[in-house]
Amino acid sequence: MKRLYSPGLLLAVFAVSLGSCGGAARSAADLEALAARNRQGHSPADARFMANMIPHHAQAVLFAGWAESHQASPALQIFCARMVVAQRDEIVTMRSWLLERDEPAPPAEYSRMRMPAGADHHTMPGMLTEAQLNELDNARGADFDRLFLKYMITHHEGALSMVDELFGSYGGAQNDFIFKLSSDMYADQTTEIEHMQVMLDTYPSGG
Amino acid sequence: MNNQSFERLPGMRWTALGSVLCAVLVFVTACATAMSSPSPAAMRSALSDLPLTPPDPDPRIGLGAGSGPLGIGAEEASWNLNLVSNTPPPDEFVGVTNSDLGFTGNYAIQGNYNGYVIWDISDPTNPTLETSYVCPASQSDVSIYKNLLFVSGEGLGGRIDCGVGGVPDTVSLDRLRGIRIFDATDISNPEYVANVQTCRGSHTHTVVTDPNDAENVYIYVSGSSRVRSPNELPGCSGGPLEDDPNTALFRIEVIQVPLAAPQNARIVSSPRIFDDLTAPPRHAEPAADTAGQGARRAAAGRGGRGGRGGGPPRQRTGPTQCHDITVYPAIGFAGGACGGYGLLLDISDVANPRRVYAAADSNFSFWHSATFNNDGTKVLFTDEWGGGGQPRCRATDKYEWGADAIFSINDGELDFHTYFKMPAAQTELENCVAHNGSLIPIPGRDVMAQAWYQGGINVFDWTDPDNPVEIAFFDRGPTDGTRRGSGGSWSVYWYNGYLVSSEIARGLDIFELTPSAHISQNEIDAAKTVHFEYFNAQEQPKLVWPPSFALARSYLDQLERSSGLDTDRVMSVRRGLAEAEGLSGQERSNALTELVSDLRGAVRGSSDPRKVRMFLGAVIDLGATR
Repeated sequence: MKRLYSPGLLLAVFAVSLGSCGGAARSAADLEALAARNRQGHSPADARFMANMIPHHAQAVLFAGWAESHQASPALQIFCARMVVAQRDEIVTMRSWLLERDEPAPPAEYSRMRMPAGADHHTMPGMLTEAQLNELDNARGADFDRLFLKYMITHHEGALSMVDELFGSYGGAQNDFIFKLSSDMYADQTTEIEHMQVMLDTYPSGG
Repeated sequence: MNNQSFERLPGMRWTALGSVLCAVLVFVTACATAMSSPSPAAMRSALSDLPLTPPDPDPRIGLGAGSGPLGIGAEEASWNLNLVSNTPPPDEFVGVTNSDLGFTGNYAIQGNYNGYVIWDISDPTNPTLETSYVCPASQSDVSIYKNLLFVSGEGLGGRIDCGVGGVPDTVSLDRLRGIRIFDATDISNPEYVANVQTCRGSHTHTVVTDPNDAENVYIYVSGSSRVRSPNELPGCSGGPLEDDPNTALFRIEVIQVPLAAPQNARIVSSPRIFDDLTAPPRHAEPAADTAGQGARRAAAGRGGRGGRGGGPPRQRTGPTQCHDITVYPAIGFAGGACGGYGLLLDISDVANPRRVYAAADSNFSFWHSATFNNDGTKVLFTDEWGGGGQPRCRATDKYEWGADAIFSINDGELDFHTYFKMPAAQTELENCVAHNGSLIPIPGRDVMAQAWYQGGINVFDWTDPDNPVEIAFFDRGPTDGTRRGSGGSWSVYWYNGYLVSSEIARGLDIFELTPSAHISQNEIDAAKTVHFEYFNAQEQPKLVWPPSFALARSYLDQLERSSGLDTDRVMSVRRGLAEAEGLSGQERSNALTELVSDLRGAVRGSSDPRKVRMFLGAVIDLGATR
């Protein structure tokens, strides 16, 4: 178990109470040292969350990217375009965070080669099987819309359960950066689930 | 003070107005000084001959990056704003996120994920550290009312005892999620007197005063984080409403704080402001899809998510909480920014707010915060697409995404007008999206300042809800040129004459407006006559201008700018005002009365009779002042 806080933070706090303040001249090295002491460490649960969420996002980016080529409705195309931007950005954030901490970072792109049809090895909650991806890849127009919404709602619910798991792990999301990123995902994807459910309700035979 | 200040000089590339404008830009401070003294030649226009249009190319594009935890050395660009000071955070907050601001007297209270800092801003050019308080919990949203200081805690590492060790256990009685209350009677030594725990913690909160209740102050608690275990806080559960009538989802919390006994603060109601919410038509939905709206069933009765683990669709969807609520007690309404919706709430019964309208928008990802105009006829909502940690102002990011949306309020309904977004493309390295701001008390106009994280801050006029116009800005390059750092302005608020900004990495920035083609010296002077004892942006105060010559001249400047009065008339009125100002007592009153009599006849002929009446009202009030 890594320490959540370095012992230096306590020292820093006491040093400050002795009277230094923002106006004091501080060298670049002083500032780096202060920041290193003030910032929390991270737990194994944090790193696991980040590493697992990357392929989860990457798969979402893959099939949200089909909206235009698969003749999704204009509303769904807009929704998907925004989601692709959002989750791609978060993948960059998560990979950078892991790499800066010398933690292994999964690739940014989802590789269907690694998930052969019929394989049922470890995937993250809500992720589509290769068969489901193929089914969606073969759908067009309103059929694509309905299937996409159904699968992406499940996919998002999987992401929420991953945040739940993080929050339910010892030392999980104690780190402010991890708490913020995971909370932002939780808020965004909860909101998107609701939006998708409303879109799904547009189709009389949907749901 | 910031010695890294760098004024970009885009003039070399200008073709139209060339070096003259360039020189004007550079010497904007000198201009301000010259214009701030009353002009003896009062018959001259008080309007600036600086350009109306922003510098082109936009100097915010391509600013050089800084380095280190404070992002030192980044290039800066500004237009019609002057940075008067930058004060870096004290040692124990270096490298940790600075968050929201509250104000009382000569003090600014700046939240930080590690606690909060109290700055003495009596001298805006040189803020001094009054005290700092280490008490970790994100996001440390702060508010102050009289002697009481309130701080939000939502992060899982917040401890009841303000300790720095975090709370690694998943269920722990050491954890604080909710509102901390400090007695800041001695501002240099706040005392931690109470806390109120809530099931989902407090991402943000809103102080609400009840005109009918002088004994208490109220707090609306917002935050959409996960519901915690009942083993940590008894009574908390996060099931779907239909199965679990006591669920902590689908409600906000209202805390009552007895002013004489803050230790007795408690939750007095948990209004279910989302009850019976059906999905409203989504503005800007593409045509092919809006055709299907008739087939839409109400969102109630479908899908949603109540607990962990996915599973079959639940009975109920829609937002389960708000991100932030801005109350405007003077009009009895609040703007609730709640997940996928913007709500208008009736707060006439403070402890029991009631939803009166809900808006949705296809271009809005996450409704984040609200600001009313002073008349209460309009409201601006922000969309914090991506949560603020992501770069959403790149050239490739759509103008409508991560922007503001402006609505008029008509008979309790919200009518969409247009979007507004900080227009200068930012880099991949700069987190940027719409964030917090406040009105600037320029009389007769709706002008506000807004923070855009590393997109800097800007000032815009949204008097015309269909045509918001950017009129000032300040921006720095990325905090770090090698990686996606976190920085920029969390919030910028007008407080007693200055714009105070909480810079996430760099500390406290204070700006002054400089006179421009968009804002005259008179308008700045009039704005400075509005004095707050305290200010919490989420509790919007009604702006009231005391009588002053600056106020009258502001309206006159606006009439000149809009040609609401012809030039000769404006000049003669200016002369009349200058003469009256040189008099005193009854003579001044007589001169002002005469001025009013002369001008009454011009109301009907004006293209802006309303503004002429506002001017006349200001002059009459001035005449009645001794």
